[in-house]
Amino acid sequence: MLNKEIYQADQDTAWCPGCGNLPLRNVLADVLAELELSPTDVAMFTGIGQAAKMVHYIKVNGLNGLHGRALPPALGMRIANHKLKVIVESGDGDTYGEGGNHLLHNIRRNPDIAHFVHNNQIYGLTKGQASPTTEEGTTTTVQPNGITAKPFNPIKFAVAMEASFVARGFVGNQEQLKELMKEALNHRGYALIDILQPCVSFNKLNTYQWYSKRVYQLDEQYDPTDYQAALQKAEEWGDNIPTGVIYRNERPIFRDKFPQLDDNTPLVEKEINPKELSELVDEFK
Amino acid sequence: MKLNLVVGGAAGQGLKTLNYILSKTFFRKGFSIYSSKDYMSRVRGGHNFMSIRIGDEEITGPTTEEDILLALNEETIELHQDKLVDDSTILYDGELEDRRSVNLSASEIAKEIGNSKVASTVFIGGVLKILGLDLAETKEVLDEYFEDEEIKEINYKALEAGYQEVETDYQLPSVSKTDNQILIDGNQAVGLGAVMAGVQFYSAYPMTPSTGVMNYIANQENKLGIVVEQAEDEIAAINMAIGASYSGVRAMTGTSGGGFALMNEGLGLAGVAETPLVIAEVQRPGPATGLPTRTEQSDLSFVINSSQGEFPLVVLAPKDAQDAFHQTFRAFNLAEKYQLPVIILSDQFLADSKKNITEFDLDSLTIKRSIMSDEEAEKIEDYKRYQLTEDGISPLAYPGQLEDEVVVFDSDEHDQEGHITEDADTRVKMVDKRAKKIEKLIDEDLAEPEYIGPEKIDYLLVGWGSTYGPLLEAREKLAQDDCQVGVLSFSDVWPLPTAKLEEKAENIELIVVENNSTGQFSKLIRSETGIKASEKILKYDGRPFTGFELYNAIKEEVMF
Ligand SMILES: Cc1ncc(C[n+]2csc(CCOP(=O)(O)OP(=O)(O)O)c2C)c(N)n1
Ligand code: SF4
Repeated sequence: MLNKEIYQADQDTAWCPGCGNLPLRNVLADVLAELELSPTDVAMFTGIGQAAKMVHYIKVNGLNGLHGRALPPALGMRIANHKLKVIVESGDGDTYGEGGNHLLHNIRRNPDIAHFVHNNQIYGLTKGQASPTTEEGTTTTVQPNGITAKPFNPIKFAVAMEASFVARGFVGNQEQLKELMKEALNHRGYALIDILQPCVSFNKLNTYQWYSKRVYQLDEQYDPTDYQAALQKAEEWGDNIPTGVIYRNERPIFRDKFPQLDDNTPLVEKEINPKELSELVDEFK
Repeated sequence: MKLNLVVGGAAGQGLKTLNYILSKTFFRKGFSIYSSKDYMSRVRGGHNFMSIRIGDEEITGPTTEEDILLALNEETIELHQDKLVDDSTILYDGELEDRRSVNLSASEIAKEIGNSKVASTVFIGGVLKILGLDLAETKEVLDEYFEDEEIKEINYKALEAGYQEVETDYQLPSVSKTDNQILIDGNQAVGLGAVMAGVQFYSAYPMTPSTGVMNYIANQENKLGIVVEQAEDEIAAINMAIGASYSGVRAMTGTSGGGFALMNEGLGLAGVAETPLVIAEVQRPGPATGLPTRTEQSDLSFVINSSQGEFPLVVLAPKDAQDAFHQTFRAFNLAEKYQLPVIILSDQFLADSKKNITEFDLDSLTIKRSIMSDEEAEKIEDYKRYQLTEDGISPLAYPGQLEDEVVVFDSDEHDQEGHITEDADTRVKMVDKRAKKIEKLIDEDLAEPEYIGPEKIDYLLVGWGSTYGPLLEAREKLAQDDCQVGVLSFSDVWPLPTAKLEEKAENIELIVVENNSTGQFSKLIRSETGIKASEKILKYDGRPFTGFELYNAIKEEVMF
């Protein structure tokens, strides 16, 4: 196990005291240390939002991109260099709202990426508007009459799309979250963990207490490879919220589907010499 | 001598094959050739045509005059009436009351041979006979084009049959085969330039007329180990390319105006995060969906001002296929040297026009990587991705390259390490740092426009990008009338090189020629140099200029 200190970024966080992002970061550092991933072995891709600032608060390679756009650049890296572990870290608005189309297509592609969604059921950074997962009817500054849309169920969506790894975690259960993250990082393929992360400043409904009363851990009997069972589990929300690996399957990953990529040398280590490509010019003769 | 052959018909009638085989035949025989496409945004029906201009001297653009019209349907004859001249020939599959018409019952002949699909090959035979050419090269081309032996055989038969059926009408000058020429269109030239420059990742979402670039690169991907990924949208396309570039490979994306509108935020990301990125923006008329298969040069102002905020970018507008290849190659070196986005601003006219050009001199090409070498990387301590330097260029490493250091990339304003900052002083330093790179680029790499014409002139024609070829033809025609005109043609359009323009424009009337309705380039010249065009020749009907049309416009509008 590596020393956790090495992930310590010399930046103060801009997160509110008591925010669920803080324990999440702590767990993440534990996970990286336990998996012996040094900061240079990891590349983190984020969008925009409170959650997405993680790149700055933990020392690994990182690309802090645009709102909703964490997945596409991560995908670019998956092609260029398969040697690094790729983590995407983003909020629920970032992932399910602005970035919805990328989520959908990346489940189809199944790249080798561990995606940790900080689901606080609210827009934090922009101060409390509805996110795609906020409860219907909730009133906010921009929805004084209450939200008119049904909340998005990311777990059900991902299971229905047959994502290769779908889990739910809760920052209030750090031990379990750690195991889930480790599993996601070791999973070959796209691993989505929807992490319940209370926003203490703007979400007055889904608080630590609210989640703590409702979440329960899936037991040993539960078989995450059973698609039908997973679909059923994915429906559960409200008084009983299951956490753990909800669905898992094995299928080829994105990079393996390109026969032109070799298994050992990443693209980034290859060299091209135009002078050797004269036959390409001959094709136009 | 120049002769224009036009093949017209409905989409789905095999025009593409006809065009390909005829163009390649003429090219292999040693003729100079310029072929362009005029097509509608539909897969079947409608009216499409392809022009193949051939001659014994270099041809730089299209013409509207039709010497031979190969009409695959009746509509073609109606629509092309006014472009025919007295000694035109109309080749048609039916009876036609026109003294110029030659009847070739291609479909009947094809049926007799046993496959109605080979009617177009019958026509090819007919065309070659009318021109008094033999079939040797065509057989060669058919041989390469079809794989199946049986299909080859039946096409040979159709070719011979068409050849038997008509009489020779034209006497072409004799030309000899050349072995240093290639026949290539603008999109292929961009694709080939990218491949030669070492592109390893290309992501795009299909959009006419840029798709040809993606097609070309995708065609090479297995051979060269390149990856082409069809993104879910243009937003993903540019962000994927940025991710690949951050990872250390040469990456590119391509689109047309509407898609570029979607890429704007990503472009700014590459700008602030100082990521090398090459983007091909193949213009078509806008706004919104515009005319999908037509041409225009109306995205210039948009592209040079694209994305919010202020950051340096480079815009290169290739003049022809030769230039498109070299500019694309150069774009990769520039993007990496200066760590910024470089946009290749092409258009449908250039993208879809095929021309014979002198084979590229591969020995003159050098891939100049500006990412630090592994030896340099080993020595790095305390790496700062955005280190403040004299010339604004920071050391560029990729994730995983440094032993104990990480590479942090940021869309927010950031400090030297790449971390978010709102510090006022750092903000100013970072804005200045990014701007400094452009000063260096202007000093070291900006290319002045090409000047063609005599020393002493009466008028200066100024153009940019693909108007080059038509401008050259117009200039020659004017010179034949003893009118001394010079052409100044820009490939580097942003930042705008001004030295040559200022020198040439002194005491001379400036005529700016562009394919748009507002004179965007003339405005750019004015805002950058204060020089005002005395005339503007603008065209925005979705079609390119022809040399003849420019010649006329200059004679009538400028010289009276
Ligand atoms: C294109 C764009 N639109 C909007 C914003 C403003 N914006 C920043 S973060 C954010 C919402 C973030 O919510 P979420 O992803 O749930 O993350 P949280 O802050 O709650 O962690 C919005 C709307 C932006 N930066 N970019
Ligand atoms: S606003 Fe909410 S999510 Fe953001 S830091 Fe504060 S508590 Fe956390």
